[in-house]
Amino acid sequence: MPSYPVHQLDQPILDVRHLTVRYGESIALEDITFHLHAGERIAVVGPNGAGKSTLFKVIAGVIRPTAGEVRIYGSHPSHHVCIGYVPQRSQVEWRFPVTVEDVVMMGRVARIGLLRRPGREDRQRVRQALETVGLAEMADRPIQALSGGQQQRMFIARALAQEAELLLMDEPLNGLDIPSQEGILALLDTLREQGVTLMVATHDLDQAARFFDRVMLLNRRLIGFGAPSDVFSQERLQRAYGGRLKIVQSENEQIALGDTCCQEPSFYEPF
Amino acid sequence: MNLSELLLSPFAYPFMFRALLAALIVSTVCAVIGSYVVLRGMAFFGDALAHTLLPGVALGYLLSGANREALFWWALGTSILASLGIGALTYSARLREDTAIGIVFAGMFALGIALISTVRSYAVDLSHFLFGDVLGVSEAALWRMAIFGGVVLLLVFLLYKEFLVISFDPVLAATLRLPTRHLENLFLILIAISVVVALQTVGVALMVAMLITPATTAYLLTHRLPAMMGLATIFAIFSSLIGLYLSYYLGIASGAAIVLVSTLLFAIVFLLRRNER
Repeated sequence: MPSYPVHQLDQPILDVRHLTVRYGESIALEDITFHLHAGERIAVVGPNGAGKSTLFKVIAGVIRPTAGEVRIYGSHPSHHVCIGYVPQRSQVEWRFPVTVEDVVMMGRVARIGLLRRPGREDRQRVRQALETVGLAEMADRPIQALSGGQQQRMFIARALAQEAELLLMDEPLNGLDIPSQEGILALLDTLREQGVTLMVATHDLDQAARFFDRVMLLNRRLIGFGAPSDVFSQERLQRAYGGRLKIVQSENEQIALGDTCCQEPSFYEPF
Repeated sequence: MNLSELLLSPFAYPFMFRALLAALIVSTVCAVIGSYVVLRGMAFFGDALAHTLLPGVALGYLLSGANREALFWWALGTSILASLGIGALTYSARLREDTAIGIVFAGMFALGIALISTVRSYAVDLSHFLFGDVLGVSEAALWRMAIFGGVVLLLVFLLYKEFLVISFDPVLAATLRLPTRHLENLFLILIAISVVVALQTVGVALMVAMLITPATTAYLLTHRLPAMMGLATIFAIFSSLIGLYLSYYLGIASGAAIVLVSTLLFAIVFLLRRNER
C-alpha cells in the first residue's frame, strides 16, 4: 500500500498563493491567491480562456505553476491522491472500449498499488459509488451507451471511488438538458453531505449564484471571490467579461446576458 | 490429397514449422500491444518506428555483415532509441506530433537507404528486412522472439490497469500520482520491442498492418479491452495461418499474404457491422 501525506486538518484543504501560469509568452493565470475550507462549495466563473481549466489542472497537480504555490492540507500536492478531477465531456474519448464499472475502478488504481489487482474493498467502493450516483444498473454497459448526465455521474462516481476530498469539476452542466442538470445539482448536495469540497467551473452565472456558497470570478486574474451578491457587481462583471457580457439595468433588477460563445445566453436574475 | 494432408503437409518441413511458430508469436504480441496502439491513435507512430529501424540495421550490416543475430540487436537498439526519441519530440510541443514523426522517420529511412546503397549486393541481403522473411526464421531467432515477445506480454499483463489509465485519461493518471512519464516511456519501449520481434515476419513496410489491422477488426466487435485483445489475437493468428498456406500453395510472399488475409477479415467485419447499424 503506497503512503500518502498526512492531512493537517487545521490547515485549509486548498491554499493557493500568488499563483502564476505562463504558456510561453501568454499568461494564463496571474497572481491568484485564495483558500478553501473543507466542505465548501465554490463556483468558478469567467469567460472562455479565463484560465478556469488551467487553474484546476494546477490544483490537481497536472500542470506546474510558473510561480507561486498550491498547498493541500498544508503540504505540496504532488503526493496527494485526494483530489478528484471531472473532465469536460468533450475531452473524453467515448469510443474507448471500457464499461462504466471499468472507469469507476480507475479511481482506485493508486490505492490498489502497482502490480496488484482490485480486491474486495475496491469492488465494494466501486459498487457503493455507482449506487450513490444512481448508475448501479449501468455498471456493465459500455461508456458510449451513456447519456450526457450519466457520463457526468460516472465521473462523479469515479471521484467517490477515489475517495476524493476535493473535487474539481470542469463545466459539468454544459450541454445537459434541464432534468439532467437538476440531477447533477442534487448529486452535488449528496457530495456535500459526504464532506467533499467542490470547485465547479461553470458558464452559468445564474446557477453559480443560486447553488454555491461562494463564487470566484476569474479572468486571468482573480476579479472577485466571495458571496455571489458581492462578487456579481456590475463593475466586476464588466471587468471580467468586458464587451462579451451585456448588462441591462431595469427598474429594480439587473439582468446580465452571459458568455454567449458556447451555449444559450443565461439570464441572470436579481439578487 | 485429402484435407488433413492439405493442412498438415506444409508443416512437415522444419522451416515451415518454424515459420508457423514465429507467426504465432508475432500475431499474439502485435495484437495485444496493437490494441493500445489503435486506441491511442498511434498507428502512424508504429509505422514510422518500423521505418526508423533501417539505418540501425544498415549500420549493423556494414559493421558486422549479414549475421542475423547481430542485426537483431542492432534493430532492437535502434528501435528503442527511436521510440524514446520520437516520444521526447512529442512532449516538447513546438511541432505537431505527426509532423515531427514524419520528418524524423523519412529522414532516418533515407539515411538507411543511403547506407545500404553503398553495398553492392544490398537488394538481396536486406530485402528481408523490408518485406520480411518468415520462411527463413532460424531456431535461435525463434527463441529470441519468444523471449522478447514474452517480456512484452508479461509487462502488459502486470501493468494492465496503469496502462489503461494513462491511455484513457492522462489527467486522472496525473492526479493519482502514477509515474506517468515513466509508464509512457515504458509503453513506447514495448512497442519498439514488438516491432523488432515482428520484423522478420512482415518486414518494415507492412509492420503497421500487424499492429493495427487485427486490433481494429476486434475493436469493431467488442466493448471491452481484454476482449478486444483476445479477439485481435485470434484474428491475427488466423490471418497468419491462412497467409502461410497461401504462401505455400500459391507461392505468394508470406508477409504480404498474412497482411492480405488480415485486411480481408477487417473488410468483412467492417461491412457486416455497417449493415447492422
